[in-house]
Amino acid sequence: MPVIKFIEFDGTEHEVDADAGMSIMEVAMKYDVPGIDADCGGGAVCGTCHCFIEESAGPLPAVDPQEESMLGLRPDREENSRLSCQLQVSDSMGDMTIKLPEFQM
Amino acid sequence: MNNPAEPMLADPLTTPLEDLDVSDPKRFEHDCWQPLFKRLREESPVHFQAESPAGPFWSITRFDDIVEIEKNTEIFSSEPSIAIVDPPPERRSRMFIAMDQPEHDVQRRAVQPVVAPKNLQEFEALIRKRTGAALDALPEGETFDWVELVSRNLTTQMLATLFDFPWDIRHKLSDWSDAVTSDERMTAGQGLKQEDRLEIIMEILEVFTGLWHERVGDEVESFDLIRLLQRDENTANMVDDPMNYIGNLILLIVGGNDTTRNSMSGGVLFLNDFPEEFARVKADRSLIPSMVSEIIRFQTPLSHMRRTVTRDTEFRGQHMKAGDKVILWYCSANRDESVIPEPETFQIDRSGVRNHAAFGFGIHRCMGNRLAEMQLRIVWEEALKRFSDIRMVEPPTRLCHNFVRGFSRLPVQVTRY
Repeated sequence: MPVIKFIEFDGTEHEVDADAGMSIMEVAMKYDVPGIDADCGGGAVCGTCHCFIEESAGPLPAVDPQEESMLGLRPDREENSRLSCQLQVSDSMGDMTIKLPEFQM
Repeated sequence: MNNPAEPMLADPLTTPLEDLDVSDPKRFEHDCWQPLFKRLREESPVHFQAESPAGPFWSITRFDDIVEIEKNTEIFSSEPSIAIVDPPPERRSRMFIAMDQPEHDVQRRAVQPVVAPKNLQEFEALIRKRTGAALDALPEGETFDWVELVSRNLTTQMLATLFDFPWDIRHKLSDWSDAVTSDERMTAGQGLKQEDRLEIIMEILEVFTGLWHERVGDEVESFDLIRLLQRDENTANMVDDPMNYIGNLILLIVGGNDTTRNSMSGGVLFLNDFPEEFARVKADRSLIPSMVSEIIRFQTPLSHMRRTVTRDTEFRGQHMKAGDKVILWYCSANRDESVIPEPETFQIDRSGVRNHAAFGFGIHRCMGNRLAEMQLRIVWEEALKRFSDIRMVEPPTRLCHNFVRGFSRLPVQVTRY
């Protein structure tokens, strides 16, 4: 089971065992990690589960056009920006470190 | 609560669907739209209507179908208009809500920082102070209009703040907002004629062109929307393209005004219609943020958005032709029982309360949604500190409008602690 370390904007860390089959967004919600809003519930249509992938042991799926459209509107977008609802946890993905943004919108 | 005098509207359950006008603004005025939309969700969720004051159109009434269409921006375009009616082509102002990628993204990015939550924190204390002052000034022991003294007053102040608009003439902003959405084709003939609307649009352009020239190149530290446009390289010359400038101004004036105003009024109505919820939030104010999302769902201040089909396509087995209008009924999505359990119940702590359709989905999702939520949260935090009761004394008067869902009058009395 991969371990995900979420780091809030203020530096607070949350380390959780991620359940395979859930998205990173759902993991954050399940463990009440603040900083992910997920207004649309996981459809890549609101952009409020934005996060920054600091470290990832395994490869991640490419950003698809819908995710790209939503990320493109984020004022704080970075190279390592992703929508956490679009990343599924699997046993092969390895551990991750994820930073959370200052705000979601 | 329905208005007392309901007109003779065709029975939405027994009339053949092809004989019903889904866009009839009177159903919204008399708050009796729900049964027709429930029937559409069940019988004809992708429904074609051949004739209406706005011409033929498709009605999309299920939550998931609306999400699907909003994602597919290639086939379902936001141009030339996002409301059911078309502006005359020669007078078409251009606003980013009614643009497709990539132009949409460039213009939206320029003004988005003003409503980013980081910037909103700067505004919060000011909004709270002004809200408190407005609530303190309300009369006690007599009936007054919540729409006028609270909702309209506060949203006008907010809008003036966002534009850094001259304070003494700020009422113009809400008058303009009312006027530009008051199209006779969306209001059963009650709205303004095209010529009169155009005159007002020209007045807006004149005032804002003046403000632009006063501010351009100055060093004032300000995050107002005009300076943000001026200071972004992609929009720095927008004033030279008046139809684009005016389009975006109208978008920001209406977007920042009608919607929040009507949700501010709606909240009072819902808490009166569901008194047990009122009691709960009075007892536990930590429920306010969640209640705010529920108010926005229940009000759905814009009943629809419209898309236009770019090439012949099939959607859920229906053949749509290039040029067809597709109306996404947000009001219906927010009552879709397959996504929202007991949707006709106002429930301030429902699970997944943020997952509603009122802000839309995808790249056009409401840009000011965090600002709207903050304004509503502050109003309720400040109101519940002061008032033990906000009692509706007469049914509200609703707008006869098929785009803006709101109120022109909501008589209430307040009781202070």
